[in-house]
Amino acid sequence: MDLGPHAAFIWASYGTFALIIGAIIGWTLFDGWRQTKALSDADRRGLKRRSASADTRD
Amino acid sequence: MSGFLALLKRDLTLALREGSALGTALGFFLVVVAMLPLGLGPDLKLLSRIAPGVLWIALLLAALLSLPRLFEADHEDGSLEVMATAPLPLELAVAAKALAHWISTGIPLALMAPVLGIMLNLDITLTPALVATMLAGTPAISFLGSVGAALTLKARRGGLLLALLVLPLYIPTLIFGISAIGFANLGQDGFGASLMILGAISLASIAAAPVAAAAALRLQMS
Amino acid sequence: MQTLTQRLANPTRFMELSRALLPWVSAGAALFILYAMYLVFFVAPPDYQQGETVKIMYIHVPSAWLALMSYSLIALSSFGLLVFRHPLADVSAKAAAPLGAAFTLCALITGSLWGKPMWGTYWVWDARLTSVLILFFLYLGLIALRSSLEDEALAGKLTAVLALVGVAILPIIKFSVDWWNTLHQPSTGFTSSVDPSMRTPLLLSAIGFTLLFFALHLKAMQNEILRRRVKSLRLAEVERGERTFAERAGG
Repeated sequence: MDLGPHAAFIWASYGTFALIIGAIIGWTLFDGWRQTKALSDADRRGLKRRSASADTRD
Repeated sequence: MSGFLALLKRDLTLALREGSALGTALGFFLVVVAMLPLGLGPDLKLLSRIAPGVLWIALLLAALLSLPRLFEADHEDGSLEVMATAPLPLELAVAAKALAHWISTGIPLALMAPVLGIMLNLDITLTPALVATMLAGTPAISFLGSVGAALTLKARRGGLLLALLVLPLYIPTLIFGISAIGFANLGQDGFGASLMILGAISLASIAAAPVAAAAALRLQMS
Repeated sequence: MQTLTQRLANPTRFMELSRALLPWVSAGAALFILYAMYLVFFVAPPDYQQGETVKIMYIHVPSAWLALMSYSLIALSSFGLLVFRHPLADVSAKAAAPLGAAFTLCALITGSLWGKPMWGTYWVWDARLTSVLILFFLYLGLIALRSSLEDEALAGKLTAVLALVGVAILPIIKFSVDWWNTLHQPSTGFTSSVDPSMRTPLLLSAIGFTLLFFALHLKAMQNEILRRRVKSLRLAEVERGERTFAERAGG
């Protein structure tokens, strides 16, 4: 694949784009894992939510 | 209306008695403008070319410096709570305070600008245009600033945050202020149009900003 | 009969629905993005003026579009929070702000890297770049204001006020920046109509990244709901502890 004289700029822009979007995807997944873990920890310690059905507001 | 005037008078009296807030703003304005030739070199041609922009930006920063105090004192001593429950709508109370800020800070800064313009070798014939744009533009600075001051009332690092929130809102005022002076400099007839747009921005912010600022204050009262 | 937004107002039901939806949105995003990237790198022709540099357009334009779209989403959510007090509106606004900021940053960086070969410099004070930069400042303001207030409910509402102020002033900023630009610079000739052979990959790429945005937004909303649950559980735990302590001290 020949990207011409400005190949470096094309790769740089795709690279930074992938880096930023990858970072935000990674962060979102990590945060999800962390919150799920915190919730299951709390469950294990026997903490009960007020009630699953009445939980319309946080 | 009498409540509005009473509040305006109270705030102006307070500003006059304290004095230090205005002194700080004017001193900051002077120091920023004086620092600039020291950074850029004393080339008078360059200085006179960039003078309007420098004066406008220094004015924005100086006005910004006094904004955090707009509601802070009234919040600390509880008089803001009284205003929120008074018969005078909070929107009008906010408008009175912003107007007092304009009279006690915006106008003195605008009037001081020509003196600093001399230091920057600004063409003396441009002085009326400079003061006119600043007088037309500074109401927007006070009123839009009141929204930022209301939003950051309870925030940590309120002053820095206020700058981040409010400076982007000042861009239209800055652009039309500078372009009006540019037209006046070239002797073109765009000056009037730019000044009108500047006035329109100010009028729009006088109409809209108190609503947003009052909403932000009410959320923090309850 | 409840409307869809009313039914979605229940976080538990939102969690169920979004958990069912998320795999499909993610898969759709991956499919569209991969196919678009295949077309971009192996099929799409170089532009007759810009050469291969035009390939940057396929990520730059979707980024700029998502930067605007997520601000509209934040504004809409803010309106929903302040006017209808919709319980999920704040979660939506909070989740969208970092995503919008990330795509705005992408639009700025890819735009600047596109500008270097085209204009010979990384940054020009072009009307569009400048407007996008100001949009980025607005995102930073939203994120900073929210993080500087301890009371989360208050932070959500104040940030909503700021988002609506931003929406009101954005057209004026855009107008003034355009005016300023025409005053100072000749047109840069950055805008050329898009050739049909490039339109398909651009459209597919835009759809793909929009789906990716919504997948991330759903996931971030779920995370935020979980975080609030954990927080309220911990608060309840502390309260219970204090009560037992008080009983023991009293008895």
